[in-house]
Amino acid sequence: MALNRDFVGRTYPPSAPYEVSRVKIREFAAAIGDHNPLYRDQEAAQAAGYPDVIAPPTFPIVFSLQSGGGALVDPDLGLNLAMVVHGEQRFEYTRPVHAGDRLVMTSTITDIRTAGRNELLTVKSDVRTVEGEPVCVTYNTIVERGGAG
Amino acid sequence: MSAAVRYDEVEAGQEIPAVDYNVRRLNLVMYAGASGDFNQIHWNERFAKMVGLPDVIAHGMFTMAQAGRFVTDWAGDPGAVVDFGVRFSSMVVVPDDDQGATVTVSGVVEEKLEDKKVVIGLTARSGDARVLSKARAVVQLT
Repeated sequence: MALNRDFVGRTYPPSAPYEVSRVKIREFAAAIGDHNPLYRDQEAAQAAGYPDVIAPPTFPIVFSLQSGGGALVDPDLGLNLAMVVHGEQRFEYTRPVHAGDRLVMTSTITDIRTAGRNELLTVKSDVRTVEGEPVCVTYNTIVERGGAG
Repeated sequence: MSAAVRYDEVEAGQEIPAVDYNVRRLNLVMYAGASGDFNQIHWNERFAKMVGLPDVIAHGMFTMAQAGRFVTDWAGDPGAVVDFGVRFSSMVVVPDDDQGATVTVSGVVEEKLEDKKVVIGLTARSGDARVLSKARAVVQLT
């Protein structure tokens, strides 16, 4: 079933703040097999000029998965989640994420389009600290396989 | 907050040597836990085959993270990556054995930008398949 184009341009209320912890960064870095000391050693991170350990560039997916789901489960959108695969992902940084950040994510559906038999939906999310400092912008495109068929 | 690579020492067209990253089932289980993505196609062979996949496949974001590691290891400082995007063009199939799968990442300096930034074009392959396309990172050098 084709996705409801009326959803393009919809912005969802900001997520609850996500508190970035040293433990979560360490766990994530271990899971991707990355032993960079700036992810696990506070002194090394501070020597490099950061307030605390920083997170790998793809880390924001952790809180996107938790907070970005609201739009996609709205039955009016017509998305069959069982057929969804990840199409594209991009992170645009103002500064790296570091432990101690309290981050709020505001998501907008920026595009819905058809590619062959698939439906593509792009969500842009603006990630800021609770104080309003911009940190990064993420772009997530999902593919609904066979959605346009 | 400074990359180990100096802008003046980098030329457009310069290649960054390929690195092999091993992916086994254990890595996918760890990534599921760390990322919160528990989709069964990434750990349950029975389920993966039921939905028409050849076997368990890696999380796209896990593959992207390996390409990210390639860039941050080159740059030295992960905080020097100011933009990083990929398209997931093919899946990484991960068999249940001791070898697992291999993702080979290589890169090239595509362009030197102003303000000492460079664009790195990335290639990621697993077997015969190109698993990422349109993969590029912008890195702030010193």
